[in-house]
Amino acid sequence: MSEKSDLPILIVKNLKVKLENEEIISNLSFELKKGEILTILGPNGAGKTTLLKALLSLIPFEGEIIWQKKIKIGYVPQRLPFIKDVPMSVEDFFKLKNSSKEKIEKIIEEIGLNKDFLNKKIGNLSSGQFQRILIAWALIDDPDVLLFDEPTSGIDVSGEETIYSLLEKINKERKLTIILITHDLSVVFKFSDYVICLNKNVICQGEPKEVLTSQNLEKLYDKEIKIYQHHKH
Amino acid sequence: MDFQFLYILITGILIGGVAGYLGTLTISKRMALSIDPLGHLALPGVALGLLYGLDISLCAFLFIILGMILIWYFEIKTKLPTETLTAIVFTLGVAITFLFFPLDHDELEQAFIGDISKVNFSDVLFTLFLSLLLFFIVKKIYQKIILINISEDLAKIEKINIKKYNFLYLLSIAIIVALGTKIVGGLLSAALVAIPAATSRNLSKNLSQFSFLSVLFGILSTLIGIFLFKITGIQAGPLIILSSVFFFFISLFKLN
Repeated sequence: MSEKSDLPILIVKNLKVKLENEEIISNLSFELKKGEILTILGPNGAGKTTLLKALLSLIPFEGEIIWQKKIKIGYVPQRLPFIKDVPMSVEDFFKLKNSSKEKIEKIIEEIGLNKDFLNKKIGNLSSGQFQRILIAWALIDDPDVLLFDEPTSGIDVSGEETIYSLLEKINKERKLTIILITHDLSVVFKFSDYVICLNKNVICQGEPKEVLTSQNLEKLYDKEIKIYQHHKH
Repeated sequence: MDFQFLYILITGILIGGVAGYLGTLTISKRMALSIDPLGHLALPGVALGLLYGLDISLCAFLFIILGMILIWYFEIKTKLPTETLTAIVFTLGVAITFLFFPLDHDELEQAFIGDISKVNFSDVLFTLFLSLLLFFIVKKIYQKIILINISEDLAKIEKINIKKYNFLYLLSIAIIVALGTKIVGGLLSAALVAIPAATSRNLSKNLSQFSFLSVLFGILSTLIGIFLFKITGIQAGPLIILSSVFFFFISLFKLN
């Protein structure tokens, strides 16, 4: 893993999120240090995306979310269903952020696509390519933290593997702190320093190999889970 | 040179072009419903203007703004879907027109589908001023509205003031629909905004093509409509809309 400083970049204390009177997240506390990768694991409807949105102050919450001062946050949303309503090239999409052509070309190469993609229509990209573009879009302003919401479906397995290697590479090169939502246990073991298992209540949190016991996972998903992959590489 | 015809041409080109440009911001699932009913809201305004000899676009604008405020107020009070509230308010517009503004047949026709032959020199100046103003507003809010349409979350993270930009967007729509009543009337003015953008969407690969082609189709269909009106004497409003729809049909064969 990359270099880490000891000062927390994020402190969350007794976080509670209620949406339309339903408690989505209750009493969550954790800290995150610079350069760490935190994964959030849990079944559908467990409040994972809600947690990211609370961290971004997009929704109201109770409790405390304290980011280090002057921190820049990049956000990769799960999906953008309305983006195909408008004919837009990849370059147009970056220009919504007022980015320079030079910066756009650089970031496109960093995420493993070539310059030709700039003229492609967003609607014609594959789901894997589109996700890379979303990551590049979030990274172009050099954020300190990246919040990544994994799509529930629609991305082929080989595509998915490269996305996580890409995130790990960026984490090392840029000393980027990453908060990652995933459904994939192997991703948690392989890439993350810290995991929060969320099913409205926090089922477990800590280092993946310590807290992701079969017992905890059963509790998290309400069913028996076998763990195939235990080793971080 | 026939000055009257020149006035008609200039007014048509300006309104058609700006409506096309603004229209590209309305082509989004989240915006689709907002424009059409506004034409119906304009009707009582147009009728009032005709009855008392006032500027019909100005009266239409006031009624559209009044309708928008009503919808906004109902939304806060009831939490009903905007579609439902819009339906209530725009049918109210039509009902008011018939109940309170007794128009004769010709006036009714003008209120519904416009009468471009009535355009005079002061209309040209008025339209020129408002079209330029609109053009600059739309240019200024364009990128931000596109991002808001794609994702309010991303827009918020970019620290875009969503309420402010939505307000400017709605205000622009209200102005263009009100202006449109001069050439195509209350019932058709929303089409001036929606159709060229729909045609352009079918043909474009990127945002600059999208707005350029939409302006082009907006101007072309207005021009064709006006020339057909000159030749046949049929009202220009429906002819403009028909030309616009004609381009839309053509675009279906070249979907991008």
